[in-house]
Amino acid sequence: MPVMLWTDALIFLLLAVVIGYFYYVSRRAHMLATWMRVTESPSGMAALVVLGAFALVGLLDSLHYRPTLDQGDAQGRPVYSVEVLSVLDALAAPLRQRQERTYSAPFDTRAYARETVEVPGEQGAPGTQRREFPRLQYGGAHLGNEAGRERDIVVSGLQGFALAALLWWGLAGVLAAGMARGTSSGAGEVLQRIWRGETRTPWRAVLIALGVLCAIAGPVLAWCTKYHVLGTDKVGQDVLFLALKSVRTGLVIGTLTTLVLMPLAVVAGVTAGYFRGWVDDVVQYVYTTLNSIPGVLLIAASVLLMQVYIDTHPELFPTAVQRADLRLLFLCIILGLTSWTGLARLLRGEVLKLREFEYVQAAQAFGVGHSRILSRHILPNVMHVVLISLVLDFSGLVLAEAVLSYVGVGVDPSMTSFGTMINAARLEMGREPMVWWSLAAAFVFMFVLVLAANLFADAVRDAFDPRVRVAGK
Amino acid sequence: MLAYIIRRVFYAIPILIGVNLLTFALFFVVNTPEDIARMQLGVKRVTPEAIDKWKAERGYDKPLLLNQRMDGLRAVTETIFFEKSARLFVFDFGNADDGRSIGHEIATRMWPSLALALPVFLVGLLVNVTIALLMAFFRATYLDFWGVVLCVAMMSISGLFYIIGGQYLISKLWNLVPISGYAGGLDGFKFLALPVAVGVIGGVGSGARWYRTFFLEEMGKDYVRTARAKGLTENMVMFRHVLKNAMIPILTGVVVVIPTLFMGSLISESFFGIPGLGSYTIDAIQSQDFAIVRAMVFMGSVLYIAGLLLTDISYTLVDPRIRLE
Repeated sequence: MPVMLWTDALIFLLLAVVIGYFYYVSRRAHMLATWMRVTESPSGMAALVVLGAFALVGLLDSLHYRPTLDQGDAQGRPVYSVEVLSVLDALAAPLRQRQERTYSAPFDTRAYARETVEVPGEQGAPGTQRREFPRLQYGGAHLGNEAGRERDIVVSGLQGFALAALLWWGLAGVLAAGMARGTSSGAGEVLQRIWRGETRTPWRAVLIALGVLCAIAGPVLAWCTKYHVLGTDKVGQDVLFLALKSVRTGLVIGTLTTLVLMPLAVVAGVTAGYFRGWVDDVVQYVYTTLNSIPGVLLIAASVLLMQVYIDTHPELFPTAVQRADLRLLFLCIILGLTSWTGLARLLRGEVLKLREFEYVQAAQAFGVGHSRILSRHILPNVMHVVLISLVLDFSGLVLAEAVLSYVGVGVDPSMTSFGTMINAARLEMGREPMVWWSLAAAFVFMFVLVLAANLFADAVRDAFDPRVRVAGK
Repeated sequence: MLAYIIRRVFYAIPILIGVNLLTFALFFVVNTPEDIARMQLGVKRVTPEAIDKWKAERGYDKPLLLNQRMDGLRAVTETIFFEKSARLFVFDFGNADDGRSIGHEIATRMWPSLALALPVFLVGLLVNVTIALLMAFFRATYLDFWGVVLCVAMMSISGLFYIIGGQYLISKLWNLVPISGYAGGLDGFKFLALPVAVGVIGGVGSGARWYRTFFLEEMGKDYVRTARAKGLTENMVMFRHVLKNAMIPILTGVVVVIPTLFMGSLISESFFGIPGLGSYTIDAIQSQDFAIVRAMVFMGSVLYIAGLLLTDISYTLVDPRIRLE
């Protein structure tokens, strides 16, 4: 039975908006030309490939359903489990279900901590107890003898790598063949041109990024059914799986927040700049007031109050997943409400400049109404500011989530996110030997996501910001 | 100038009233003291008497805005709004849930916060400006390119990583400084060295990259070309002209944070166990002590508004073309 959580609905709405926007852009030459400049940036395109991979994981994790239980009820109707799963959960079932008892290091076949094990006595003699590192239930369980572990890891890694390399070659071949169609040159020739970086769109960067992704994903896929590639956490969950689940949380916070923030900032900023007078005074007053409250405190205060509300109204939230989801949505809304001021101020300044331009004055002189001037003449000319700041905000929001979860005002503790992973792992810092893998996994995933977002944001800004364009040429 | 400052101080009043009303609405109207008491007491011990006792102990048992049982002025003063919110204006913060005076805590915890935040601010500014200037000096070379790449990579790393990594490497592996703690006076150095270093490194990525654009913008201006045409050496151009002019946006941009340095840093104070206002706030958030959170919100906005005023004044000090009227 499909389940549509609030954030799922909004994510797909956002996806539809993005697709609609690009359809709109593709039919307008001047906007298309600007976007084409984005596609000419090698780092931007490579980042886009990585972001695409993250987005794919996030979207798979946003298709939720409740699985059917085996037995139907008395009338033979199917009965649904109370557990809400996502498509990612189903795809990664081997990761999700193979739960150990506690910590274990990456690729390890034995648990992190010693346990007392009963050793049965020989031929009826009383058994003895021994402290040892017990074998893991799943990690490396296929190995008869643990001595063969290194060899097995190398062999299956190479197998995965070979498959991934084949896939990558296939993709490169399809790309080259597609580009060669309709031209006089053959696919091989096109491949050479791509490799020398002579194509207008930097396909070389795209292929390299794809290649790196494949080279990592291939072996990991080969390993992950046999070992815990990134180890397990305190309750024995696979850390790789947790990291994949965290991607959605990060993406939701990075994107839905901007969805909340954008309309507010655009309406406030544009009207303040255009009408000036008392509208301007009110808008300025509101954003100075909001700005003057320290951001984390305002978020903390709002989240604490939301917490009180959730605790006192348990009847509104039937399942734990729904409660966590609504809390995530509230967090996005709160982040949006506290951070729209920066964009609003930028827009106000831009509109103050624009409204003095001749074409706006001419429109006013012709008696064009305010709403028409705003929608036809002002808005299209400030959209680049909106776009740049939205893309730039994304990475900051992903990083902020981790900090907020640490403070205790982030996502629901039951929801997997980079912040909750770091928070849980931080408490084990003092252990000897150190439990480093959860921390490392969360930080590396977050780093790659944020780095890709930053590089892509730079490409977008370089293409859209008129000042950068003048300085660059 | 003086008249301008006085007028600005008066402008701050409506903003502070707005902050006050907003926090009042958040803490008392959206969620009544009843809800908060219920949550603080936990599910098991909730009885109407327990809630009333909890509210009476903390003075939340009065009406919100107007006390109709009193007459005259006391109808207004014997209310939650007057006792909890309006009193913030005279910096009377009242008591925390554990009964200690918030004002006293703020006065003592301010100094450790400042001892951490001020060095981070000053050293950070110096480091950022130096690196940005170097990158601008070697613009369009590999040094500049890889510098920018490094900056982007560094700003993509979570701040928590710098703290945890620093604690692990410096304190645990190399045993150079204690992992956390604080001492006043000169002893504080060994406790503060790591947090300051981490704070500076964590800010270099975005700071140096941001300032680099200021330098580059300044170097594209006509007077720089004139200076070069007159035959000035590149060093003269950079240090005598570009540096001075680019410092205007940099300085005026950072002035706004100076007063808020008192508030400390939430994350690094709590990781490094520094008894400042940042860790005070975090503890309050985690133990859901709303009185402290309210006080800190108000303090924060007062300091931010002071920062805005300082920004305006600093413009006139560093750029004589600007006159405040």
